[in-house]
This record gives sequence, structure tokens and C-alpha cells, in this order.
Amino acid sequence: MNFDYTEEQQMVRDSIARFVQDDYDWDTRRAIVDGDDGMSRDNWNTFAELGWLSIPFSEADGGFGGNIVDLSVVMEEMGKGLVVEPFFPTVVLFGGLVSRAGDEAQRGAVLENLISGQTLGAFAYVERQSRFEISDCKTTATASDGGFTLNGEKVVVFNGEHASQLVVLARTSGEQFDRDGLSLFLVDANAAGVSKVAYPMMDAQRVANITFDNVQLSADALLGTEGGAMDVVDQVVREALIALAAEAVGIMGTLNAKTLEYTKTREQFGTAIGSFQALQHRMVDTMMAYEQAKSLLFKALCEYKIEPESADTTIHALKVLIDRNSKLIYGEAIQLHGGMGITDELDIGHYAKRLMMINATFGDGTFHRSEFIDQAYAA
Amino acid sequence: MDIALSADDVAFREEVQNFFDTQFTPEMEANLRAKGATGMIEWQKILHEKGWVAPNWPVEHGGTGWSATQKYIFETERSLRGIPDVVPFGLVMVANVIMAFGTDEQKEYFLPRILKSEDWWCQGYSEPGSGSDLASLKTKAERDGDDYIINGAKIWTTYAQYADWIFCLVRTDNSGKKQEGITFILVDMKSEGIKVNPIIGIDNEHNLNEVEFNNVRVPAKNVVGEVGKGWTVAKALLAHERTGIAGVADIKRNMRMIKEAAAKETNGGQRLIDDAGFQQRMADIEVELMALEFTELRTLATMAAGGFPGPESSLLKIKGTELQQATQELRMEMAAYYQGVLPTDMDPEVLGHSFGSDARRAFMYGRAATIYGGSNEVQKNIIAKYVLGLE
Repeated sequence: MNFDYTEEQQMVRDSIARFVQDDYDWDTRRAIVDGDDGMSRDNWNTFAELGWLSIPFSEADGGFGGNIVDLSVVMEEMGKGLVVEPFFPTVVLFGGLVSRAGDEAQRGAVLENLISGQTLGAFAYVERQSRFEISDCKTTATASDGGFTLNGEKVVVFNGEHASQLVVLARTSGEQFDRDGLSLFLVDANAAGVSKVAYPMMDAQRVANITFDNVQLSADALLGTEGGAMDVVDQVVREALIALAAEAVGIMGTLNAKTLEYTKTREQFGTAIGSFQALQHRMVDTMMAYEQAKSLLFKALCEYKIEPESADTTIHALKVLIDRNSKLIYGEAIQLHGGMGITDELDIGHYAKRLMMINATFGDGTFHRSEFIDQAYAA
Repeated sequence: MDIALSADDVAFREEVQNFFDTQFTPEMEANLRAKGATGMIEWQKILHEKGWVAPNWPVEHGGTGWSATQKYIFETERSLRGIPDVVPFGLVMVANVIMAFGTDEQKEYFLPRILKSEDWWCQGYSEPGSGSDLASLKTKAERDGDDYIINGAKIWTTYAQYADWIFCLVRTDNSGKKQEGITFILVDMKSEGIKVNPIIGIDNEHNLNEVEFNNVRVPAKNVVGEVGKGWTVAKALLAHERTGIAGVADIKRNMRMIKEAAAKETNGGQRLIDDAGFQQRMADIEVELMALEFTELRTLATMAAGGFPGPESSLLKIKGTELQQATQELRMEMAAYYQGVLPTDMDPEVLGHSFGSDARRAFMYGRAATIYGGSNEVQKNIIAKYVLGLE
């Protein structure tokens, strides 16, 4: 039993931390976020050069062959710096689907360009009515001319503004809520019939609603088994939930550290506010909330390493705990920063907003508590 | 980052399972229930024969030399079977102090006797009037030749009615800061001038006592550590107490009992375990418990690697006792009207219920957990100061 990171993982951690410290200070980030693009292509190229984009992919696909712990290290560090470049949607979601569902030709055509930084990708799966139920899917792909015709709409597509390639979840058979009958398609974001409306979210992500109007797809656009997409989607979501939890842990630790530092220097009534017992006990509570979330992340990582499916109950619990503890932590961070805490200028609110979006991604605490109950207390 | 068990660990687990299954017999369990705390002595002697009574002691004093994983396995298998943990006052508390601060003579005399459960120990820290503010203690020890003469009183002394020895914090000097002038001393409970007054607890049981000292003569060689440095000794002991206090394995057992009972108790024909509100309360506890288990493992792993427990260990006492109480509360509520049943020998068939009184006792006794060993509020003060660096 050990909860240590390998030397290699430590190096990746240091390298991202150095990037954040040297090249991603708050003003720089703000300028990026406020720019037209909402991200920095230069930074993205740096990520590629430093090998970060290759981490979860197999060596056969030109990747680093990293495991779930490697990925969590990257996500945690990016969380600390509130890195806005679309690592999660491109590498974890889009790349995760292509690497798992794609055949050799598809993987070759996509992953090399992803790893080199040329391709930005997205996974289009949310629909207006679907909320957290991924298999609630009305978008259809019907067989035509040896290929498929895609019709429907996806909303809040992460990285939808920038993605040049999409993986789209569409129904090839069955009814709206069926798990079976869903398929994945690799779609060029500029193909005829694809149109999008892009908009920014409160955590500075650039997303889009994307409409597919009789988009003609060739047979080789099908990614994986026709009608059997959910097995692969489940695998990617499982990994994505751990990745998001790691990012959240990074953010929560940062918020706690910033708040603690602030209360040691901010003076009121002639003394540092950190000397007040009422505030001290609340900061102990947020410290415990952080350590508990980190512990549960470790449990999920260890179980996932042994057998990904065996981590499912823990992953539901983790999402519940992240939801609950992040609310405590960002709430206290804002409150203890007082008036400054509710300004756009201070970074605290931006960290809080990212935590809120993490909570809302792939199911919030309420959703996962129900899932947890179904698994843990099934009759 | 790895929790996979090695082949050696799997073999060890089988050995532990086999030992518990053959030694913790239904007769032993009945004996423990009937005799309560005194029945523990018999069980501890069996553990000692196997060499497993003191997993955390160094090997040279009779400890096991187990890895963090082995300790975790042992603890898990123990609580799975509902086997109580050893009484901590001798084996965990005073033993650690003697090992760290005692003279060779003290080590040679006391440690083997503790290991064999020949002496029953109790803890003389709190006093009437000094609760969480431990350093305000007033019990006085005055030098008289080769002895000290002790006068004063200790309170909330668990199991003093059975104890052969009490380890005490006493005041040997009044001149400086209140933390200075405190001395850690071992007192024979058979000494003349000691009087034990029972205190009946909120659980209707007699576990607690007040211990009076009237001109009790104690040899000066019974001082552990330096005279006047008892506060340092006490703080070191608290750190040991804190790491063992989360009680994750026992909380897990409570959750299992809750689930078993919730599958039987019904409301309007619906089982409690199928009730959405009840499921949510179980889930809210369990999620936190899963995390706490790994917080404890992180601490174990750090300590096994020779490190000092980090910030994650500070929360074990607070979170552990909160969850203990949450499970105790849920189990008691499950008993509905029967949660109010007082200690009874009545046949459950006649009474109409099996666990109401047990649940009540556990809940009531469990109130102490957030108060003893430094109340949870004091724990937060300690974390704020020593971990967060807030003054």
C-alpha cells in the first residue's frame, strides 16, 4: 500500500506547476480569457511540445501510455492554475472516445494530430432535454447511400467553439431513452449541414450549440460498434469523472490556501482576522473537507488501477463528496474574503465558478447520490 | 498510488481470519457481553499469546512489526466480527509514554505486565473544574524525601473501579506558566488515601469515576520523563491517541448493522432500506466514511514509512467521532419506540425487539467521544494553530 506519486508523475506535476507559475499568472490568464479566442494557441502548442497532450494515449497510438494517476496529476495541476485551454474536452473526452472506439485507421487519422496540437476536439452528447441522462438522445443517424445521415441538435458542447472535429452521439435504432441503439460518429465540424452557435460559460469555457441538418457521413465515420456506443461512453465518463475530481481537488486546495493566506494578513478591529476562533474553526472545516475529498480521490484511483469498473461505487461517492465539499470550500472562500470575494477582479470567484461547472458536468451530487444508492443498496 | 494486496498480505489475511474464527468463539463473545470490560482481559491474554495484542509497539518491546497494510487488515477483520478493540489505557496510552520517556527500570517492570494484561490502567487527566483546559489542573504533588505526597481529585476516570494503576498529570510547581510545573506520574491504585467514587453516565452505566487523592504517598521513581515536563509527555500521548481514534472499522460495522436492521424494520409495510429518505441518510454517512477510511490509510502509510502523520491525521478524531455519532443516531432512530429501553435482561421475544437498548447505550455513551481526548473544539484549536499556522 502506498499513496506516493512516481518520480515521473512528480516531474509532470512540476512541469505543469512551473508553466502555471511562469507563464500563466492571473493577468495573463485574464487577457487570454478576455480575448476573442478565449484560449491561447501558443499555450496549446506548448502543451503539445511538453508532451501533456499525449499522456493518456497508448504508445502504439503515439502517446505516453500513462495511467489514470498520470492523468489525475495533470488535471489537478491544471485545476490549481485554472487553465482554460481545452485539455479536458479534447484529450479526455474526444481523445478518450477515439482511442477506445476507433479502429486503427481512425485512431491513426485523429490521434497523431491531436497529440501534436493541431486538432482540437469535442464530444457532443448533451441535448436540451437530456440533463445528466446521456442515453436520452433524440439526435438520429439513419443509414443512407452506404453511409449515414445525421440530424439533430447538441447543446453546451464543451470546446464546441474551437473544435475542428467532433464525436457525436446519435441514435441509429431504438427509442429516445434506450441505452441500446446509440452510436458514435466522427464528424468534421465544418462539414455541410453542421452549424453552431458559440457562447462563453461562467468558467470561461467556450461552448456551442451545434445543429446537424442532413449531414452526410460516410460509413467510416462510424466510431466503434453500431448501436453499442454506451459501453465506450461509460468507460470515458468513468475516466472523465476521476479527471474532473482531480481538477476539483486542485482547485479546492488552492482556494483553501488563498483564503488561509488572506486571513493571516487582512486586519480588522486591529488584528489579523485569522486570529478569530470563529474563523479558525471554519478554516479547519474547509481543510478537512479538502483532505477528505483527496482521500476519496486516492481510493478511486487505486481501485481504477486494479479494474476500472470496480471503482464505480467509489466514483459516485466521490462526485457526491466533491459536490458537497466544494460548496463548503468556495462558499467559505468567498465569505472570508469579504467584499473583495464578490468581485470579478479577484480570482476567488473564478475558482468557485469552475467548481460549480465541474459539479454540473456528468451529473451533480444529487444525481450521483441516487446512482450510489442504486449500487450500494440494491435489493 | 496502489492498494493491491501482495501474496504475503493475502496469506496474512487468511492467518488473521483463521485466528479470529477459531479463537473468538461464541463462548468468548458471550463472556465479553456478560462481564463487560473485565471479560476483555481474558481476550487480551489470548491475543498476547498469539503475539498480536500490541500491533503498534516496536518489535523489541513485543510489538508485531506489521506493515501499514497488515495493521489495516488486522483491524478490518477484527471489527468485521464485532470484536472489541483492546482497552487503550495501558496498551496504547501509558505504554507509549513509558517507551518514549520512561527509565529502563520503568520499561522493564511495566511494559511486560501491560503486554500480559496483568495490570489494568486508567487515566488521571481531567479534574473537577478543569475540563478541556487541561493545563489548569490543580492536583498537587509535594516532594517528601524519596516520595511525592499527592492531594486532589481526578474525574471522568474510565474503569478506575477495575484499575491497578493510574497515570496522572499532577502539579509539582505553581510558580511559572500553567503548562510548566506539570509532572507525569504513575500511581498504584492500592495506595492508601485513594478513594474511587462512581459516576453513573448518561448511558445509565457505571464506567466513569471520580478518584480522590488524600495524602497519597508515591515513590519519586514513578515519575515518567522529567519533573515539570509532564505537559510535553501529555502532548506526545495525545498525538498517539488521535491517530488511533477514527475508529473507521467500527463505524463500518455500525453501518452494516444499520443495513441489516433496515432490511427488517418496516413502516407501513415498506422496509426502511427501501425508503428514499433513509437511503439518502445512509449514503451521506457512507460517502464520508469511504473517504475517512482512506484518510486513515494515508496516515498509516505515512507512519509506516517512518514519517510523522501529516495534516490528514488531525482530522481523524473530529471526523471519526462525528461519523460514529451519526451512525449511532441512525441506529437508535431505527429502533423507534424501542430506542428508549433501559438496560434489561428481558428476553427479546417478550420485549418484542432486539437492539433498542444496545442502540440507546451506544448512542448515549457515544456522546463522550466528541468530548474526551481533547474535545473536538479543542482539536480544531490545535489544528488551527499547528497545521494552519493561525495564531
